Amino acid sequence: MTDVAANALSKADKPVIDTETPFQRFRSEFLESRIAMLALGVIFVIILLAVIAPLIVPQNPYDLAQVDVLDGRLAPGSEAFAGYTMWLGSDGAGRDLYSAILYGLRISLSVGVTSGVIALLLGMAIGLAAAYAGGRTESLIMRIVDLQLSFPAALVALMLIAILGKGIDKIILALVVAQWAYYARTVRSSALVERRKEYVEAAACLGISHARIIFRHILPNCMAPLIVVGTVQTAHAISLEATLSFLGVGLPQTSPSLGVLIANGFEYMMSGRYWISVYPGLALLITVVSINLVGDRLRDVLNPRRSTGQARQDK
Amino acid sequence: MTNTLDVKGLRTHFFMRAGVVKAVDGVDFSIRKGEIMGLVGESGSGKSITGFSIIGLIDEPGKIIGGSIKFKGEEIANAPEERLQKLRGDRIAMIFQDPMMTLNPVLRIDTQMTEAIEAHRSVSHREAWNHARDTLGMVGIPSPDERMRSYPHQLSGGMRQRVAIATAFLNEPDLIIADEPTTALDVTIQAQIIHEAQNLCKRTGTSLIWITHDLAVVAGLADHISVMYAGKIVEQGDTDDVIDRAVHPYTVGLLGSVPSANKRGERLYQISGMAPNMMALPEGCAFKPRCPRASPECDTEPQTTESQITEGHTRAFRCHHPHTTVTS
Repeated sequence: MTDVAANALSKADKPVIDTETPFQRFRSEFLESRIAMLALGVIFVIILLAVIAPLIVPQNPYDLAQVDVLDGRLAPGSEAFAGYTMWLGSDGAGRDLYSAILYGLRISLSVGVTSGVIALLLGMAIGLAAAYAGGRTESLIMRIVDLQLSFPAALVALMLIAILGKGIDKIILALVVAQWAYYARTVRSSALVERRKEYVEAAACLGISHARIIFRHILPNCMAPLIVVGTVQTAHAISLEATLSFLGVGLPQTSPSLGVLIANGFEYMMSGRYWISVYPGLALLITVVSINLVGDRLRDVLNPRRSTGQARQDK
Repeated sequence: MTNTLDVKGLRTHFFMRAGVVKAVDGVDFSIRKGEIMGLVGESGSGKSITGFSIIGLIDEPGKIIGGSIKFKGEEIANAPEERLQKLRGDRIAMIFQDPMMTLNPVLRIDTQMTEAIEAHRSVSHREAWNHARDTLGMVGIPSPDERMRSYPHQLSGGMRQRVAIATAFLNEPDLIIADEPTTALDVTIQAQIIHEAQNLCKRTGTSLIWITHDLAVVAGLADHISVMYAGKIVEQGDTDDVIDRAVHPYTVGLLGSVPSANKRGERLYQISGMAPNMMALPEGCAFKPRCPRASPECDTEPQTTESQITEGHTRAFRCHHPHTTVTS
């Protein structure tokens, strides 16, 4: 007995055996697509730029002492009063657009991701509760979800902001309210399927508690569609935030997100000063398209009905 | 000594919109410590529902509406959920038919096994892990340390069923209900699994209910056999007795339809007709429409004829026209 235990200990120290874990298989399949790899690379670069923005940009666009109105509406490549080159030009208030875009990305990304994560957690809990409770509770929750989804997300967010007022926290709240229902519906539908599977019954037969069955057994099996919806909805949240800011009901002028920047340049579009709107717009476009491309690839890889996944399993 | 399990007059009905399905309608049997009972019947005869009734996992719209299930003297039919949850996986365990479905695909074997221990015992994770590993070794899994860290998809069907059996034996339960555990496996694996289960039961003193539609499987495994038809036990007795001296026409038909070397080239016996519609069972004996010995007398429900053969074991059947009369 003792040498069996000793044997176990020595083996336990060794790294995991040679076979692929589900995550490794997922990763290698994901990377088979060049476009998805490229998009993922772009997202990493965007996130990196947003994080280190204060270190690499010439101007802090929030610091009014560094913004000079005399630098206003300069064409790309002009030299600012402070001596650095404005590679992407400047907006009407004299903000360097390169700096403003990176700072704007910080806001757009953090608002999108924060609201996405909160909506995901909220929708997940509600969806799981609906699927597990069943009966009248489930019907009630799902009718609320249907009601919510029958309104366009932008309209819901606009109404909420009209009531709550401006501010970054209100924007996040509005985005969460506009989006939780997508997550709830996704989780509920896959949880309903998983709940009927035999392994859930087998777990119940082992005397495992309901909470553990829900979170440890059912939830991980619902993650695949949730990850896909989460990715796409995050991109959606970012563009929704830009929409609200563009309409002037989102973030204030003093903390310009990409939407605010686009709105700022809108009035100059016809006078040839295209750069004020176009460059922030391009940044937004690249961000959203990259996230969506990754989301598409995730959907392909995580789709349980795809045949290659099965073939690889048998290998 | 009290029996491990005493089931008396168990009735589990399903209340559907279209009518009441009497899936289990008056089932009696008892199992002593360390015994193996084969519960035989065709699909829809209520054998699995009997198993689920014992473990207390009958879902809506099903309900245990009568009878008693005494587990080591304790009444557990319609017992509170908390009590049943304590028993499940600890004192009573279950093995399912399809090993591809009963393991959670996203959790590693060690996670799934240790949580079965930790749900019922306060042991350290290390101890639980070692115990799970040793149990895997006991059911004949080579290099259990590595298999513990595997995901279910990395194991073959036979291997997974061994894992399921090991999981059932983890807490050394008093009773295991095996619901057609070898039906999905090929014959050589089937023989190994049966051998393994038999050994473990002998070693640990665990009683076993082996639910199957295959008489050949239980013939070599069980101590006694109960044959179910349309929610009722139609014949019951020691394995040798039932196999060699079947009295109920249904059992006789089942035995006749097992292929054997003696009947090479002949047509196999076939029980005519189909399994009955459980919503509309015929008056009297449910087997009447398919029975070669049916007579007008069969319009009345046959009563159970019982005779005591050995202590605790009865030879029983429900039929107006048994093939031979049992002499006690």
